[in-house]
Amino acid sequence: MTDLPPALQVKLGLVIDLDTCVGCHACVIACKGWNTQGDAGPLADADAYGKAPEGAFLNRVHSFELTPETGPAQIVHFPKSCLHCETAPCVTVCPTGASYKRVEDGIVLVNETDCIGCGLCAWACPYGAREMDPVEKVMKKCTLCVDRIYNETLPEVDRVPACVRTCPAGARHFGDLGDPDSAVSQLVAERGGYDLMPDQETGPVNKYLPPRPRDAEIDILAPFLEPVAEEPRGFMAWLDRTLERI
Amino acid sequence: MHPAPSLIAFSLLSGLGFGLLAMLGLGIAAPEGLVGTVFWGLGLGLSGSALLASAFHLGHPERALKAFSQWRSSWLSREAWLASAAMAVFALHAGLITFAGWRIAPLGWLGALLALGTVGATAMIYAQLRTVPRWHHWSTPALFIGHALAGGSLLAGKTVLAGILLIALGAGQLAAWWLGDRLFARSGTSITRATGLGVPDGIRLWEAPHTGQNYLTREMVFVIARKHVAKLRVIAAVFGYAAPAVLLLLPSVDHAIAAVAVLCHIFGAAVSRWLFFAEAEHVVGLYYGRGR
Amino acid sequence: MSASQPRTETSPRISDEIRKTTCYMCACRCGIDVHLKKGADGKKHVAYIEGNRDHPVNHGVLCAKGAAGIMQHLSPARLRAPLRRTGPRGSGQFEEISWDEAMEIAEGWLRPLRETAPEKLAFFTGRDQSQSFTGLWAQAFGTPNYAAHGGFCSVNMAAAGIYTMGGSFWEFGQPDWERTRLFLLFGVAEDHDSNPMKAGIATLKARGAKVIGVNPIRTGYNAVADEWVGITPGSDGLLVLSLVHCLLKAGKIDLDYLARFTNAPVLVDADPRSPQFGLLLRGESGRQMVIDRRTGRPADFDAEGVEPDLRGKLRRAGVTHRSVFQHIAEMYLSNDYAPERVAGRTGLDANRIHRLAAEIARAAFDEPVVIEQPWTDFRGVRHERMVGRPVSFHAMRGVSAHSNGFQTCRALHLLQILLGSVEVPGGTRFRPPYPKPATAHPLPHARSAPGQPLGGPHLGYPQGPDDLCLTDEDTPARIDKAFSWEAPLSAHGMMHMVISNAHAGDPYRIDTLFLYMANMAWNSSMNTTQVMQMLTDTDADGEYVIPRIICADAYSSEMVAFADLVLPDTTYLERHDCISLLDRPISDADAAADAIRWPVVEPERPGAAGVRPFQDVLCDLGAQLSLPGFTEADGSARYANYADYIQNHERRPGIGPLAGWRMGESGVAHGRGGPNAAQIDSYIANGGFWRGEIAPDARFFKPWNMAYQDWAVRTGLIDGPQPYIFSLWCEPLRRFQLAAEGHGRRQPPEHLRARIRETFSPLPIWYPPLGDDQRAPDAYPLHALSQRPMAMYHSWGSQNAWLRQIHGVNPLYLPTALWQEGGFAEGDWARVSSPHSQITVPVAHMAALNRDTVWTWNAIGKRRGAWALHREAPEATQGFLLNHLIHELLPPRGDGLRWANSDPITGQAAWFDLRVRIEKVAAPRVSQPAHQAQASPVGRGPRDVAQKVTR
Ligand SMILES: Nc1nc2c(c(=O)[nH]1)N[C@H]1C(S)=C(S)[C@@H](COP(=O)(O)OP(=O)(O)OC[C@H]3O[C@@H](n4cnc5c(=O)[nH]c(N)nc54)[C@H](O)[C@@H]3O)O[C@H]1N2
Ligand SMILES: Nc1nc2c(c(=O)[nH]1)N[C@H]1C(S)=C(S)[C@@H](COP(=O)(O)OP(=O)(O)OC[C@H]3O[C@@H](n4cnc5c(=O)[nH]c(N)nc54)[C@H](O)[C@@H]3O)O[C@H]1N2
Ligand code: SF4
Ligand code: SF4
Ligand code: SF4
Ligand code: SF4
Ligand code: SF4
Ligand SMILES: [Mo]
Repeated sequence: MTDLPPALQVKLGLVIDLDTCVGCHACVIACKGWNTQGDAGPLADADAYGKAPEGAFLNRVHSFELTPETGPAQIVHFPKSCLHCETAPCVTVCPTGASYKRVEDGIVLVNETDCIGCGLCAWACPYGAREMDPVEKVMKKCTLCVDRIYNETLPEVDRVPACVRTCPAGARHFGDLGDPDSAVSQLVAERGGYDLMPDQETGPVNKYLPPRPRDAEIDILAPFLEPVAEEPRGFMAWLDRTLERI
Repeated sequence: MHPAPSLIAFSLLSGLGFGLLAMLGLGIAAPEGLVGTVFWGLGLGLSGSALLASAFHLGHPERALKAFSQWRSSWLSREAWLASAAMAVFALHAGLITFAGWRIAPLGWLGALLALGTVGATAMIYAQLRTVPRWHHWSTPALFIGHALAGGSLLAGKTVLAGILLIALGAGQLAAWWLGDRLFARSGTSITRATGLGVPDGIRLWEAPHTGQNYLTREMVFVIARKHVAKLRVIAAVFGYAAPAVLLLLPSVDHAIAAVAVLCHIFGAAVSRWLFFAEAEHVVGLYYGRGR
Repeated sequence: MSASQPRTETSPRISDEIRKTTCYMCACRCGIDVHLKKGADGKKHVAYIEGNRDHPVNHGVLCAKGAAGIMQHLSPARLRAPLRRTGPRGSGQFEEISWDEAMEIAEGWLRPLRETAPEKLAFFTGRDQSQSFTGLWAQAFGTPNYAAHGGFCSVNMAAAGIYTMGGSFWEFGQPDWERTRLFLLFGVAEDHDSNPMKAGIATLKARGAKVIGVNPIRTGYNAVADEWVGITPGSDGLLVLSLVHCLLKAGKIDLDYLARFTNAPVLVDADPRSPQFGLLLRGESGRQMVIDRRTGRPADFDAEGVEPDLRGKLRRAGVTHRSVFQHIAEMYLSNDYAPERVAGRTGLDANRIHRLAAEIARAAFDEPVVIEQPWTDFRGVRHERMVGRPVSFHAMRGVSAHSNGFQTCRALHLLQILLGSVEVPGGTRFRPPYPKPATAHPLPHARSAPGQPLGGPHLGYPQGPDDLCLTDEDTPARIDKAFSWEAPLSAHGMMHMVISNAHAGDPYRIDTLFLYMANMAWNSSMNTTQVMQMLTDTDADGEYVIPRIICADAYSSEMVAFADLVLPDTTYLERHDCISLLDRPISDADAAADAIRWPVVEPERPGAAGVRPFQDVLCDLGAQLSLPGFTEADGSARYANYADYIQNHERRPGIGPLAGWRMGESGVAHGRGGPNAAQIDSYIANGGFWRGEIAPDARFFKPWNMAYQDWAVRTGLIDGPQPYIFSLWCEPLRRFQLAAEGHGRRQPPEHLRARIRETFSPLPIWYPPLGDDQRAPDAYPLHALSQRPMAMYHSWGSQNAWLRQIHGVNPLYLPTALWQEGGFAEGDWARVSSPHSQITVPVAHMAALNRDTVWTWNAIGKRRGAWALHREAPEATQGFLLNHLIHELLPPRGDGLRWANSDPITGQAAWFDLRVRIEKVAAPRVSQPAHQAQASPVGRGPRDVAQKVTR
């Protein structure tokens, strides 16, 4: 069903902290590993050991370089998966209804048995969050681990997306962004979480936390150290004075 | 965007086919007898093979029927309906004309409307995509319909009409190129807004998420050198519009000249359509080091 | 809304069984939950691997390699049967043979060696995580030629730490993540402790503590650091000593800590004419002596209640002695170390250094961390609380892999100790079995005799020239020349020298090179192209110069192609392993911990002779050769297999490979106790690991804390309390220096004297990387480095279908100025030349980079045909190694001799001393040098992979 559900109460999504992401790609592989054996799987790899390997991944980490006008250049590692947009264009363009947004939590999914592999939803997604499976020829995308987060066969702590569970740097958070009191909403409020490509008017649910300022001017605040002596003899005299006090 | 041959062929043939059918349906061209049969066959054949070509672009053509279900929101679905309806109406219309000799004009008009609607819907598949600013503009359906009408009239042998339409279309295409080159910047989507980081000139992709290609880079991050673009635009403009228009507006146009004009146009339009895809920058390219 | 929304199964069963074991993809050794699913064949298959939430190392998280373990386990490059070479060496042409045949061949080669000249076997191991076992085997065999990979990895760091403070950053140190307020990270891209490091940095950030990254390259940890110090490679020692200078000058040092816990107050013979010049004064008991502030008189440093005086001075028998601290003040207050002096070479601004010093001082001294926890030190003094300086440091190969790395690392420890920030709350902490001073470690053993085991362990910590491993003729006793005058403190051996020394027959020829889990024909050798040549070179008789090579590997690596006999190992999910307190356990600062791996699936290689755990093979081979320790009195095998060894071997009575669930006098006990037949089962039931917590009063000040010392004895880490003080003055270095100055029985050969005099300073110094002095400064103006990619493990990650998509090629990154001046553009290639060789490789631009540095990801380049990859795989056509540019020897010096490209003290391979120049060239078809393809004994991987276990 290609219609979008009306405004939802529950908006499950991810909050990604660009301040701590070290670009380790752990989330990329955990996602691949989980989903290839799960409902959305297998996630195939074509030419896996060949000249031009090309597989379907639901989550990818880009690295950007920033060259501010003052201060040294910076690298920001930038993970990206489906943002589970509120007005998801990928859903409305789908001719078959294979793409849909869940009413109960806003998760955007593909019903693979209905997918004709036309690719239009991937064209419609500004974020590059959808990839065609090179072997199955159907569209794959982040499921927000819908088969984990409600999974009653898993212990409660584990009912979080695979990428969140695995992130060694604690840079990925999962929760209900429709609830202003949720931990993720609070984090977004505190840290100034933002939308990617707001002008595309997709209303992404996932939010990004900006890197904290780097190379901040400690320089100005920190006075140089005051010398106690200029040469060894003076230093020993200082030592004498100081030790007397201990 | 990757200029997939199946999509170029589909949209081109579908434009020509439905354009021709529209001309026939509107009665602008009304060939009789065997010639008429040939023309109807050509129109239906072109649009039919266009639909086939489009199926090549599907991962699962066997499920194509499912594509009819989402007409309320999906232009692709609407296109499927419109194309089928147009083909059905024209098949009936043509059948009645050919076999019974009945020409029911309103049926032709309805068919023409559906045919142009199909072309429009095809165009809207592209035009609706905010993610491709070059396409996301009314000029996209205008040009698609323009191509259909000009190509259709050309195929239908309406030389003067075709000549005039080709001149208008050529002008429109030039304007669209000029405009298109500015649309990405105007869209407001930039690498800064895509990442939420930094100042425009001070940010760039340092390392892509993977060292090889993936579906996205192949499908949507197609790049073509500027100098090629300029060359190809000239080729498209000359062959697609200028040359056939000149040929058609010659004082006397015989079959040979018309045939040359048709071939010229098809070649030029194909180049133009190739450029339509190849030049279109998808915003996802921003994440892969393309554009700013 | 809608009835039409498809139903999603939100509670599918994940797996049929979870088995908990230990990850192997790197030395971090995280706990993993291996999910097994019944497949169509009714057997259980590995379906999914995730982190074990209860595991002390990773607490549930897993890195990319760990999560991709399934693809490693299922790799098409897995070996499947023992192989005997049929083509020329290096060709990769083999025939599969049976295990019986393979064992017979191995025994046939090794037995005569043991009986006549055991040193003709060189047994070296790389990624080996069972060194206490492989070392024991080599010791029983009797060859002096055994070591693991530490010599080319991080021995500078290990040795400097252990000689200075009885513990090192390398695998045995960690910042106090919960309490530190300022964290400085020197030269680390990933490290062994990778998941805890990431989690730790996140903890610091969450607490608002500051992270400073000192690294020429700003990626990964350095990218998220709050501040980046883009230092010029090889100059960290200067920066650190300049910080020491600033802090001393400002009196920002912890005098109390220095006096109590270090040898700063110990008296040094300060008389240049004395034969003891520079050695520490010892009393009758042999203890180092200080001046007691209470009495003003000399006393043993550890006598009860002694208050050592940092200003101590003593004239005895006409010889003046002055405290180490006075030497320190004199040396580092010198303006040679002023920021203004060092700025140029470090590539940093002098003000930057001043400000770093100020920031460190502020964090250390303005807000001490206090834990309300009384403790008692070794002098019997009770301290009411634990007070710490919340500044911590960590360093790895960026400091270690230079030829000045040992002293640089010592400089770093000097800085930490002056701040009083080691083993205190908020500072750097040790993980059991450390702390343990150099003097508590064994000495190296190298005397071999036919048919006899070696007298003791191969590796150790020499205290002076007498402990070197030399023959009666004073030539090196070991094939790698470890513990010789070329590298006296080479505590981990020098694996990177083995092949070239064996090829040169210097110091002698060997017969069999036995390599385990080391890709010596590729990325772990310097000078790879020539190493491959050495492995294939023949002598006048047409025999290979290195007559026999046995290789124990699990995959079709580059090294395998050069073996005469290949013993195929299992993958990590198919065997027992032991991550033991006897070698590199998984402890943290609050606990001792060890772990196992166990066969969570059976090794199956259908249609082939199959694979066997290499440790099992060693047990059998040991028995076949009747090695002591591997054979019962009746000649039968002592251990049925490695699992049997793990449970039943005792290193000392009551101490075995695993510390958990031993048999005490009254039931199960941890630490000390007899073998327990249910030990491995207990580990499995506990998730694959054991962890024994240290009591709160023993958690800090471990070298001096009697509660810790007693705990360590109870746990079996040491046999009696052995408190010690930190060695700011490193006496063993001074002993070697004295020898070089002409004192003592054993003195260095002439050509090494000057170098030893200059570099073996007992107080940390900085000198330019060796070789820098030999080059015209502008000939090779750039530093060339490599970094570990977080999502790739050395050479073996490329066989992983998932990981190789992330890192399939590795460009050489060039800094902005070089990029612009060289007129480079995206897609360009360059020729990179070092004094030794040239490579031609793809380049890319990076601004967040030191201006004199170029770099690439390590070990992405592959030899064609290796790893079951397509011959045109990007790893082979565009990927490359820097190793071709790095020679294991420096260019000849004036005297015609060639020094090793290593640290002169430890022999650590100086990978990062590499200097290059670069020029743009037209793109060749493939990166250069291109080597002939090797045949694949395992075929090629399938075209498409769609990994899913389905019923
Ligand atoms: N993912 C992954 N993890 C691994 C490994 C792996 O292959 N992959 N290998 C494991 C092994 S064996 C080891 S030894 C460890 C090594 O772990 P690391 O010590 O992190 O080793 P490298 O990646 O070589 O990183 C060296 C760092 O030092 C920097 N550097 C080089 N020269 C200098 C210098 O002069 N000064 C300073 N300040 N910095 C410098 C480099 O820029 C680089 O960032 O990693 C282990 N962990
Ligand atoms: N240029 C440059 N070179 C470097 C470094 C650098 O920073 N820069 N770093 C150096 C350092 S610190 C290190 S530690 C070395 C690492 O280099 P190596 O120790 O050579 O590590 P790997 O490349 O991982 O190769 C290990 C071998 O073990 C095999 N293997 C993998 N798993 C198993 C198994 O389960 N059983 C058995 N029997 N074999 C197995 C693999 O197939 C491979 O042949 O590289 C060194 N080389
Ligand atoms: S796992 Fe975490 S730190 Fe690593 S790339 Fe993903 S988000 Fe970043
Ligand atoms: S991120 Fe892309 S795929 Fe996901 S909901 Fe938004 S538009 Fe759709
Ligand atoms: S690819 Fe599948 S999910 Fe995407 S629009 Fe086409 S049918 Fe819908
Ligand atoms: S939520 Fe699940 S599917 Fe989505 S990126 Fe994370 S692991 Fe992948
Ligand atoms: S850091 Fe990664 S590869 Fe290393 S042991 Fe842990 S999970 Fe395995
Ligand atoms: Mo290493």
